[in-house]
This record gives sequence, C-alpha cells and structure tokens, in this order.
Amino acid sequence: MATMAQAIRMALHYAEENLGVTDVFGEDVGPPLGGAFTATQGLKTAWNSPLDERGIVGAAIGLALAGQRPVAEIQFCDYIYNTIDLLKLAGNACWSSNGDWNLPMVVMTIVGSGIRGSVYHSHSFDATMTHIPGWFIVMPSTPLDAYGLMVSACKQDNPVMYLPPKALLRARGEEPIPGEPGDDKQLSKLIDAPPPPADRSKWTPQWPALTGYEVPLGKAKVVREGKDLTVVSYGRTLPLCRKAADAAAEEGISAEVIDLRTLWPYDWEAIQASVAKTGKVLCVNEDTEVTNFGEHLIRRAVSELFYQLLAPPQLLAGKFVPGIGLADPLEMASVPQQPDIARAIRELHAMEP
Amino acid sequence: MTRPKLVTSKEAAQGPALEPERLVQIHELMVKARVLEERLIQMYKQGHGYFWIGGPGEEAFNVPLGLMVKKGQGLEYDFHHWHYRNSATLLAMGEDPINPLRQMKNTASDPYSGGRNFVGHFSKREWNICPVSSPIEVQYSMAPGTAIAQKRHGGDGITIVTGGDAGTAEGDFATCLVWSSRKGQEVPLLIIVTNNRWGISTPYEGQHGEERISDRGRAFNIRSRTVDGNDVFASWEALQEAFTYVRAERKPYLLEANVSRLYGHSSADGANLHGEEVDCLKRFEEKLQGEGLLTREQMDAVRRRWTDEIAELARRVREEPLPAPESIWRHVYWEGGKR
Repeated sequence: MATMAQAIRMALHYAEENLGVTDVFGEDVGPPLGGAFTATQGLKTAWNSPLDERGIVGAAIGLALAGQRPVAEIQFCDYIYNTIDLLKLAGNACWSSNGDWNLPMVVMTIVGSGIRGSVYHSHSFDATMTHIPGWFIVMPSTPLDAYGLMVSACKQDNPVMYLPPKALLRARGEEPIPGEPGDDKQLSKLIDAPPPPADRSKWTPQWPALTGYEVPLGKAKVVREGKDLTVVSYGRTLPLCRKAADAAAEEGISAEVIDLRTLWPYDWEAIQASVAKTGKVLCVNEDTEVTNFGEHLIRRAVSELFYQLLAPPQLLAGKFVPGIGLADPLEMASVPQQPDIARAIRELHAMEP
Repeated sequence: MTRPKLVTSKEAAQGPALEPERLVQIHELMVKARVLEERLIQMYKQGHGYFWIGGPGEEAFNVPLGLMVKKGQGLEYDFHHWHYRNSATLLAMGEDPINPLRQMKNTASDPYSGGRNFVGHFSKREWNICPVSSPIEVQYSMAPGTAIAQKRHGGDGITIVTGGDAGTAEGDFATCLVWSSRKGQEVPLLIIVTNNRWGISTPYEGQHGEERISDRGRAFNIRSRTVDGNDVFASWEALQEAFTYVRAERKPYLLEANVSRLYGHSSADGANLHGEEVDCLKRFEEKLQGEGLLTREQMDAVRRRWTDEIAELARRVREEPLPAPESIWRHVYWEGGKR
C-alpha cells in the first residue's frame, strides 16, 4: 500500500495530467528534493520558490486570479502564520467582489506533532484556519483519503486548505489507491526518486495508471461503529482514537469513531446522527484547546442536541502552552496520545445522567 | 546598472510630444476624476457614505497610466493589482463615474463589491482589475502570480501593481522585487509606487534610509526610475518607456512617481484640501493655457459640465436600494459569476 506522501504525489500527478493543475510550488517542492516529505517528487509542474511564505501564498492567489490552478505548499504549518492576512484575502476575494472573482487554488501545509519536531515543526493549524471563512479545509488520516481529498481539492473553484498530518505521511494505508501496484517495493521503484547521493537529474518517475477517485469535500466517514459514545476526530489522532476504541471494546465499551476529513464545511449530519444514537460525544484533536475547533462542535452539540445528550460533551486537545517541547516526555504531555484517548473514552462512558 | 534617473518635466518635454487631441483628452479625464473625488468627499461630508479614501492629486500620473492599459479579460490583457487611489486610472480606462458613487453610497448596485467595501476598492473582472483591498501591501505579493501566468502564456499582456511609499516598508514589496526578478525567470510586471511622502500622518522623512524608492530596484537588476508624477508630460513619457520595456522585454520595471495628496489620507483625517501641496491639474491647465491649447473659459466649461453631470449621478445613486441583510450569505463561495 502507498504511504500518504506517495498518495499525495500520485493525486497531484493525476491532477496535473487531468484536472488542469498548472503549478505545484513552494520551498524545495521542485527537483531535486521534491518536497521535504517527498510528496511532490517527479511532478512535471513542480517548481522551487524563494524562501518566502507570503510570496508563495501571494503568487498562488495571483496565479488563481489569472485562471491557473496552483497547488502551493508551505513546508510546515508553523511557517504559515505570517501569511494569515493573505489567507483571509484569498477567503474574501469572492465575497468582497460580490461574486466577481474566484480562486481555484490549493494550499498544502503539513501539520501536527509526531516527528519530535520541537517548537517550530510540531504545531497544528486547524484551530486558526477554521476561523477564516471562504475556504474548504481538509485533513486526511489515510493515504486513500489523502488521494481522494486532493483530487476533490484540485477540482474546486474555491480555495482549499489541505492539511496532511506529518506523523502519518510515511504510514501505509489499509486500502489501496485505485491503480497502484499491489507490491510496495514495486511502487517505490516506479515513483520514488533515488535517495541521495544518487544523481536525480536523469530520473523520471513511471506513474501507474491512476484514476480520478474522489473523496467528496464535506463528507465525514464513520470508521468504527459503536453505540455507547461518539468520538469525533481527524488527522494524527484519528488512528489513535480507533485503536483506543478497539481496546475499549474489550472492556465492553462500544465507541463509534468518526473521521471528519473535511473541517469546513463539516459534516454535521454525520455527527448529529451518531450523537442521536449514543448521547455522548468526545472531540479529539491536537491543536491547543482554547478556542479549538472541537469547542465549536461541542457548542453546536449542546445548542442543538442538548436533550439527546446523556453526558457533557468532552474535548481532548493539545495543552494551551506556547510550544511543543522536544524531549519525549514534553511532547507526550502536550498533545493527546493513545492512553489519553483511552482514558477519556472510559471516563465519558462512566458518566451517567 | 546606473543610478535610477529622475526625469524632470523639462527633460520629458524634449521627448516625443503629446498630440493636442491627446492633451485635451487627458485634461478632460483629469477634471472628471477630480470632480468625481470631490463629489465623493462631499457625499461623505453630507452623510451619504461612511468613509472616503481616494486619489485626488494623482491624476497627472494615473490618467496616462489608464490610457496605456491594454484593456480586457484574460492573459492577453493587462492585469491590475491596485491600491485605493486609482480612480483616475479607472476613469481613463472608460469606466462610468456612477459606479464609484454607488460604492461610496454602498448600494446593492455597486458593481465592485455590492455595498460591501469602501469606495476606491474596485474590482472588475471584465477588465482584469483584481479586487482592491484595504491592506496597503498585499497587492505586491499577488502581482507576481498573474505576471508568471502571463510570461508562460506569451503575448504582450503585462501586470501592473500600484501602491504608496509608506507601503513599501512592508515585506510584500520586497517579495515583489524578489519574485519578479529571479534570473532567467523575470516576469512582465510594472511595479508602480506613487510617492506622496506620507503614511497617514507620518512623513516620509524619518522612515526611509533610501533616497528614492526606485533605488531599491537596483539591487535586483530591475530597471528603475523616479518621475515627477505631478507633470503630465513627464508621466506620459516615463510610463510609455516603462510599458514599452515591460511589454517587449517581459521583465519587471520599477517606476516611482512623486505625487501630491491633495485631500489628506482619507476622511479619517478630515478630507480637507491641502493648499500647500502641488496641484497637478492647476499646473497642467496653466500649461495648456500658456500653449494656447485651451482657454480658461473652455476649461471652466469642462469642469462645470462634469460637476453637473456627476452631481446628477450622485442624486440618482441616493435613490438606489442598499443590499438586503440576507445577502451576506451570498458569494462566500463561487456561484459561477456575478448575479
């Protein structure tokens, strides 16, 4: 099975061949590196930009205004913060012009902890990004979803923020991407650039026959069915929630796990249907917990589903501290890990009206 | 590279002469633009708008700029990333003056923003005029994007970006210089700075180490020049050189125009006439009169005509409805165009 990085790369290849993507660009995105996490290796429209995040987002807006379809990358989301007013501008160009202009652009930036990235390679962006209207915001947790969400993003006529969790970029999925060869080594031989110090200038990828497999924007996925409580998550914490739920099943707790996949516009129907069934909801993500996106979901659950609730909705998120420390105990204490999720599930399950 | 040249009106006058018909046209457009801005200010003062900002005092530069634009939609034509002082450019491109009045009055009929944005915040996709926003620097980051697309497309369409002197302190101005001048990947971008020597209340002196803003182009091998933007002849000649270069060479050009800010920064500091600033229109009219091209009476008649016409348009706009409250939900996402 492909890794998430390979899946993104294949989706971008499909998009530049079939969906009119004109530019895949950012720092180290083009050859020889093909992206800090190899997600853009071998793409014919990939190019390297100056080390200038505002320039990258600005150029993406300009290219989109000119009718191109750019996919711009900010190498780590920790470095996207100095572009926030440009992200606002991209989000308001259509609204401010009363529908005159649209921006078919994708910004991709990897998010979250999990590689011992210390203060500037560990942070999340979903809490901040979900404060900016006018965008679609997606976060995959599997290679197949990463592929399908990227295909959908590249077909959009509006700006899409694509947030791959860096901890999952090298993880392999359980479901194949349509068209990928069954053998991992064979896939690697076809599409992975030879590692340094090999000369990559003569290397060209051999792309498998890919398809336009889409994951529709705005659609969540129930990844584990259950009847006692609902866990809503996305990104790095999603597989941890699933594992914690599997473990809880051995204790007789039946937890339903929803992968939100699109943060905006999000699939309220999926959450609503699940909470109506379970009466209990736990939101899990790793961004800092104050004005966290999970808080919004909880506010809405309380406002609209109050009489169906059997316990106060819970949020398990990153600690509200200025950074994620490098040392293992610091990172573990700062963002939710599987035992934290297991504990939260058990505690929520134990609550009775 | 040599030091950027300061082109004076005396030098420019030695260049190719402007045809009399052209001078009369420029005069009329400058008057029209000035009268429009003065009407917008009056509307603000009479309570027919919440806020005024615009470009009175920049007409000698902004009218010739508009007249040189290759106007249309798509990569074949010029793209525009302006700040909020380009009304004279818009009128010179042929815009109906009623539309800025509508934006001032924030009516539903405002074609640039449907009553959502301040006056001077134009947007007109038909003419490649990208939405103007209030931040004074962001256009410098976006402009290389359209220029990259135009370079790739071929043809002679260029991108034009405008901003003020104070905004060049922002990182986006450096972004513009860096991205437009990468060796072998230069893009057809006309970078304009209208220098009125003010950033709201803060004078130019005290905030700049560079003598001229155009000096900054040198480090990037960008052809650069400073021009007396209060002089029609100098502006015309400098713009012609810049447009010709960018169109043909497909490379950036940095043009700084020294201009006046006749009515202050915006309504926030009163929008009152600053008599101490050079008035480019007065200066041009003296020249036209001196050369015997137009008489005082003829020029007064032009002003009267536009004053009456724009006053009438303003009256009409007053009757137009405001946007409906439920319209806030429209156009958050693309609905396939203006409807």
